[in-house]
Amino acid sequence: MLNPLSAWSGFLARPNDDRIKVFGVAILVAFFSAVLVSTASVVLKPMQDAHLEAERAERMARMIDTLPGLRSIMEEMGIDALQSRLVDLETGAFVEGIDPTSYDIQAAATDPERSVAIPDELDVARLGGRARLAPIYLLERDEELLLVVLPVVGSGYQSTLRAMLALEADLKTVAALTITEQGETPGLGARVETPEWQALWPGKQIADESGEIVISVVRGQATSPYEVDGISGATVTSNGVGNMLRYWLGPHGFGSFLERLREEGL
Amino acid sequence: MTELLIASIFHQNIALTSFLGICTFLAVSERIETAFGLGLAIIAVQSISVPVNNLIFNAFLVEGAWTWAGLPEVDLSYLKLITFIGVIAAQVQILELMLDRFAPALYRALGIFLPLITVNCAVLGGSLFMVERRYDFGESIVYGFGSGAGWALAIVAFAAIRERLRYSDIPQGLQGLGGAFLVTGLMSLGFTALGRISL
Amino acid sequence: MASKLTYLTAPLIDKNPITLQILGICSALAVTTSLSTALVMAAALTAVLCLSSVVISLIRHHIPGVIRLIVQIVIIASMVVVIDEVLQAYAFGISRQLSVFVGLIVTNCLVMGRAEAFAMRNPAWPSFLDALGNGLGYSLILVLVGVIRELFGTGTLLGYTLLVPKSEGGWFEPLGLMQLAPSAFFIIGALIWGIRARWSAQAEKPKLVLVDVEAPR
Repeated sequence: MLNPLSAWSGFLARPNDDRIKVFGVAILVAFFSAVLVSTASVVLKPMQDAHLEAERAERMARMIDTLPGLRSIMEEMGIDALQSRLVDLETGAFVEGIDPTSYDIQAAATDPERSVAIPDELDVARLGGRARLAPIYLLERDEELLLVVLPVVGSGYQSTLRAMLALEADLKTVAALTITEQGETPGLGARVETPEWQALWPGKQIADESGEIVISVVRGQATSPYEVDGISGATVTSNGVGNMLRYWLGPHGFGSFLERLREEGL
Repeated sequence: MTELLIASIFHQNIALTSFLGICTFLAVSERIETAFGLGLAIIAVQSISVPVNNLIFNAFLVEGAWTWAGLPEVDLSYLKLITFIGVIAAQVQILELMLDRFAPALYRALGIFLPLITVNCAVLGGSLFMVERRYDFGESIVYGFGSGAGWALAIVAFAAIRERLRYSDIPQGLQGLGGAFLVTGLMSLGFTALGRISL
Repeated sequence: MASKLTYLTAPLIDKNPITLQILGICSALAVTTSLSTALVMAAALTAVLCLSSVVISLIRHHIPGVIRLIVQIVIIASMVVVIDEVLQAYAFGISRQLSVFVGLIVTNCLVMGRAEAFAMRNPAWPSFLDALGNGLGYSLILVLVGVIRELFGTGTLLGYTLLVPKSEGGWFEPLGLMQLAPSAFFIIGALIWGIRARWSAQAEKPKLVLVDVEAPR
């Protein structure tokens, strides 16, 4: 009776509608499936994480490559990545004590304790809320700021847009805009991700003389340094990019940080 | 919220733009009455399963959900697929029993469609999209109802067209399935065009 | 042996799961905007179909009738999760594009359909052949649609430019519609039309027939 082999064949020999067999089979199937799935997940996890890390690094590299001359400056200085800092969006001050490279702004934005609601009248990017802290990237030479890179997020036609906006040292001129994530209509809105469209951005001004954030994506051809050509057939996506930048550069976004940077420097 | 509702019913219609639940969509659309019954069943199941799966996902599976137990590193999100399909299957089963007990008339009307719903990709797809698009609980209620209503709207309209189509003289190769695909394509065009609606 | 091979060849055209049996279309169409995603999706589905059919067929004598469906779903879902994890590890970029659609293989009626209709009643080897045949029949349609949509939608195939678009100095004007949802329905509709015109035995009989009657005098 206690012989496991005969117990096993005895179990298999039970009729299929027997109660013990029904439960037994259910438990066995669940057990083996659980083992299989968990093994696959645990074994493959390091590789998946490596991919995610590589993807992040590649985006940063692409961003750097869109800026003419930046690569050579960095090589000259002997660095291969930008300096990463965490910013408290409320005060505009740097936050110490948290590792910016492992800070996940997407997770923070959905966590009630680490995020704040955006007032309706300010929420042009239709986000609902944002994280309290945001990671930013800096390039400086001899204590002098050369470049600031800000992560931004907004709403397109049917998906969330994420992008990296690089500003030059005057904090007014766009050095580059790289869309890092979008799920817009292929062939239409999805063209925001093409290098051709992103090449329109460098040199644009985010604010007018009075300092008001006026940058926008217009329908058709741009007529001023504050405007960028829209994508035909994808007005909603184009406006989404403009609204995204206006929110994040505005007072509720990186406004206080940029203000502080302008007045006090690093 | 209103935008999400409108989008999920019309221009992001789960059947016509994400192609989910198309098998059932084509198979059970010969008559309006049956299409209507199935549509109602989908609305009911979808409105419950998306929010329920949202709660379960955020309480147990998402990375960091076990922090209170001293396990902040645990990330069980790879179990979401199995969990969701389990929840849906169980929920369909419970709904079936409840309807049988409390609303026998409705049960007789919907009864045969309920088991079909377990393997309807629209229902599982709704829950997976909810996770991928990071909807919160409120949004998942709206999205669950909206995507279900959109699917129901699509199948009822489609069944109505197919009923009329029976009287048309179409080429032999396009009888039935072939023609059905072309009609679905045209409907899909129409629903996509509704994306211009903004409230 | 020859008779067993028909399990493999029949589902390619004669009993093609998509064009004849309306099985497994759900997840098929959304991933056909480019050939690479269509190929990976086809491979993933074929792998899941073969694995789950063999496993279900091996334990078919011991699956109690009352929990038959849930056992099948659990087995299929486990296979899907494993394949999904493998894709995320070895084909990261493509698994990003496939997003939820790999997961949706679970509810693909084709997998459930073959498990229920074939693997539950046949030994492992024929079940494997049947699964492989159906997987290939499904892949055939998916790849065809993928080729048409990518080639005419963007002028490329697997990312290589074949038709040079006007914007880059060529003659080809990309058909934006091909990249949108409706085109997939039109292409499959046309494919079915073509297949049924060629193999007319597959055509459905019209439910109502026009009859010439003599006009009343």
